[in-house]
Amino acid sequence: MNPSDHGFNPAFNMAAIKQVINEAVERVRMPTPMRLRDLIRQIRAARTAAEERAVINKECAYIRSTFREEDSVWRCRNIAKLLYIHMLGYPAHFGQLECLKLIASQRFTDKRIGYLGAMLLLDERQDVHLLITNCLKNDLNSSTQFVVGLALCTLGAIASPEMSRDLASEVERLMKSPNAYIRKKAALCAFRIICKVPELMEIFLPATRSLLSEKNHGVLITGVTLITEMCENSPDTLSHFKKIVPNLVRILKNLILAGYSPEHDVSGVSDPFLQVKILRLLRILGKNDAEASEAMNDILAQVATNTETSKNVGNTILYETVLSIMDIKSESGLRVLAVNILGRFLLNNDKNIRYVALNTLLKTVYIDTSAVQRHRSTILECLKDPDVSIRRRALELSFALVNSNNIRTMMKELLVFLDKADPEFKAQCSSSIVLSAERFSPNKRWHLDTLLKVLVAAGNYVRDDVVSCTIQLVSESTSQQGYIVEQLWHALEQDTMDRQPLTQVATWCIGEYGDLLLYGPSASEDNAIRITEDDVIAVYQRLLWSTQNTIITKQYALLSLTKLSTRFHAGNGKICQIIDTFGSHLHIELQQRGVEFSQLFRKYEHLRPALLERMPPLETARPTGANNPAAVTNGETSEDLDATGDEGNLLIDGRKGFGESEAHDSNALLVLLGGADSVENDVTHQKEPSKPASTDNQDLLDLLGGLDLNSSAPVPVAVQNNNNILHNTNQSSNFLVDGLLNNEPVTKNLPSITAYEKNGLKIVFLLERLPENPNMTVITMSATNETLNPMSEFLFQAAVPKTFQLQMLSPSSTVLAPADQVTQVLRITNPNKTALRMRIRVSYSAGGTTIQDQAEVNNFPPESWQ
Amino acid sequence: MQFMLLFSRQGKLRLQKWYVAHPDKLKKKITRELITTILARKPKMSSFLEWKDLKVVYKRYASLYFCCAIEQKDNELLTLEIIHRYVELLDKYFGSVCELDIIFNFEKAYFILDELLLGGEIQETSKKNVLKAIAAQDLLQEVSYGDTSIEL
Repeated sequence: MNPSDHGFNPAFNMAAIKQVINEAVERVRMPTPMRLRDLIRQIRAARTAAEERAVINKECAYIRSTFREEDSVWRCRNIAKLLYIHMLGYPAHFGQLECLKLIASQRFTDKRIGYLGAMLLLDERQDVHLLITNCLKNDLNSSTQFVVGLALCTLGAIASPEMSRDLASEVERLMKSPNAYIRKKAALCAFRIICKVPELMEIFLPATRSLLSEKNHGVLITGVTLITEMCENSPDTLSHFKKIVPNLVRILKNLILAGYSPEHDVSGVSDPFLQVKILRLLRILGKNDAEASEAMNDILAQVATNTETSKNVGNTILYETVLSIMDIKSESGLRVLAVNILGRFLLNNDKNIRYVALNTLLKTVYIDTSAVQRHRSTILECLKDPDVSIRRRALELSFALVNSNNIRTMMKELLVFLDKADPEFKAQCSSSIVLSAERFSPNKRWHLDTLLKVLVAAGNYVRDDVVSCTIQLVSESTSQQGYIVEQLWHALEQDTMDRQPLTQVATWCIGEYGDLLLYGPSASEDNAIRITEDDVIAVYQRLLWSTQNTIITKQYALLSLTKLSTRFHAGNGKICQIIDTFGSHLHIELQQRGVEFSQLFRKYEHLRPALLERMPPLETARPTGANNPAAVTNGETSEDLDATGDEGNLLIDGRKGFGESEAHDSNALLVLLGGADSVENDVTHQKEPSKPASTDNQDLLDLLGGLDLNSSAPVPVAVQNNNNILHNTNQSSNFLVDGLLNNEPVTKNLPSITAYEKNGLKIVFLLERLPENPNMTVITMSATNETLNPMSEFLFQAAVPKTFQLQMLSPSSTVLAPADQVTQVLRITNPNKTALRMRIRVSYSAGGTTIQDQAEVNNFPPESWQ
Repeated sequence: MQFMLLFSRQGKLRLQKWYVAHPDKLKKKITRELITTILARKPKMSSFLEWKDLKVVYKRYASLYFCCAIEQKDNELLTLEIIHRYVELLDKYFGSVCELDIIFNFEKAYFILDELLLGGEIQETSKKNVLKAIAAQDLLQEVSYGDTSIEL
């Protein structure tokens, strides 16, 4: 090695000399390992998976041996190879410590690869963090900007809460560095640190504001990102930053008015990345603040009208602008402008732009329905889009737009859609149509026609609730029974194997009102040919003997046929014969019916007419009836942005999906350990902010409260009441997930109530009030299966009186294994603060039978609504 | 942004950058499921999908898919621009980039990404500045010991 080369090294010192000498010695001792590119070539040349494995195993064994021998010359090459192997999915954790050794080296190549390896092989869960914290601290003080840059980048990627606490002051110092390259990275590091540990925000506040007076776009954009995060985290900081609105407006104005700047131009738009970030921060600052909104009205109008829209980048900015206009207290003219932009988006050729338009309209529809209504026909067009997610959005939006004025035209389109829709849509769509029809139907005849069309179009995908709704409606509508029974007959005459629900409704109605079908005045004139009793019997014979029909359908048909025996004028011989054949049916339930009904034709012949009389109109009030317009089923997850805003959505999003598995893990842990220290600390940490809000006499919270206070002691009350424990774990896991995913300010907690407990199904409501929205009560419904059999097709519905608004999110599942839980979130807006009442309906199948039940819930504690 | 994945049309992972802490097993599961989902999508479908509770934005450039998972509040159209910006940077750096460049120089692809994004947020909006930073660091790597035999 040529000593003069050392002159290039910025970190030239004694350690470096030692390293060079050691390496020179080692290089003589050790053979040169395979180069990275040669390894990649070898792996790519492998013909089979087994061959690839062999190459990799051999190389891994070799790399391990070099690690054991502390080969520092080739360490970075070996780690690079290991990172490639890791990407292919092979274990590489044994390289973690070697990465730290690379980071500690003086050579830049080593550091660069070492930090890359640290980011790939470690994440915030690793125990080596203490070691890396020290390395980072050293490098954050380096005189080489790129070494500082690498350290900041790594900290931003893998910072754990402990690392954040240890290194926050270093990052704060770097935010004030004279070097823009370091300043921007430090700002984003601060952003990540605040995400992890919100309490650390304060130390960054003084250095943050000056970031906005920069010319450098990198520093500007990272500064805006940091401020956005701070504002979202704390209402105090939000009001602190209200005064920067004029600065932001000025920056934005300069961006759109300044001439062409090649450095930041993207297809004719000046720095769209920065524009979007500023628009988003303006949205947060202007929300619920008339004065701030006033200050940004002009610039938003300017952006909305002046942005070039031929490319994606222009539309990106328009999209963000629309979101801001909708969220702040903007002028009505501006809102119309925004909705019209979305209307134009719907006609755009680019499917991505149509998609975001529908998404945004869906959030807006509750704020400004009339503006959205104008684009109804375009939205209906989107039901035919080739992209399934566009169709799904369009469907949700269509249902949100249905009202009593447009129900006829909307339903026509939606029924066409239902007919052609993919199976995944049919269940939800049919239930939603039924609900809309109940709310807005112009008359009974139309309502019945619509339900019939749903049964035909959605076939077997119809949910059970539609069957019972339809039967109930027919039963109530005495004047329409003749008409509908005839319609149902025509539907039944066709092959209905793939339409079991339709067959069930039709046989029920024909059984009840068969006399109207055969001998009543014909409802439609064009049908001159009278239906004969033989025709009916032939169809029933087909239904009952076909192997394609389900047992439940056959039960309907058998009862219906028996009923018909008293409606027919001619002989019952044929009917009796068919029923007799069921006396030996393999299915016990059908066999029993067969035997019992046979007796009605023999020994108890005299009882038959009285027993089989027509049912009186069914009077049970439908919980989702027209008098409860706020009712929404599970399937319909229309987002009510008006009431909740972004945070509300986030809160819910944190609870489902991704985090779920972690939540489950921690559930299990909590149950198993019953309060081992580590888990408990987590719970404590997440719970703390809400503690003052909880009242002492609430036993459920007390359990957790106890956990909080003596976090090192085991929990003595852990087995007192199983249900409470279950509930508690569920509750705390929610908070865990919340904390992990979005650092949502913790809500005020109320006790939970048991809403329903019957047949081994227990439904508990966990009540929460959101501090930022006092009118809203968030209910987390959790249904527990306490039987030993699984429950499937679990459907929970709820309805509230008119003065409330109810929004239901999707349930976590529709299947309940024994001891399993399903949760679903309900949001109730209660502007009048009246006593909360709710009617609930549950349906599920267990052991082959469908169970349906309903109940009133009026034991809500006053704190939940006052 | 929660993570970014690059994978080939054959479903081979070419680059993965995680900005959230997940255990390795979960990362692998997410990667596998997303790759399968995205490869099964037809070209006429939009670039966005709702997957679990994430918004996923993806775009195909030649034989490579670029896929980002973003938060609910993030702008999905802007994410497409970020992906495009990354592709432009790779293209400038490698000189009309192809999949093989990224396979054989995956560490460089990571370095470039780390100058564009930090902690999942964009840190530099000027292409020139990103490439300048990369070039300077490449140089620093070469001169750090003046020993070119230490090649990866």
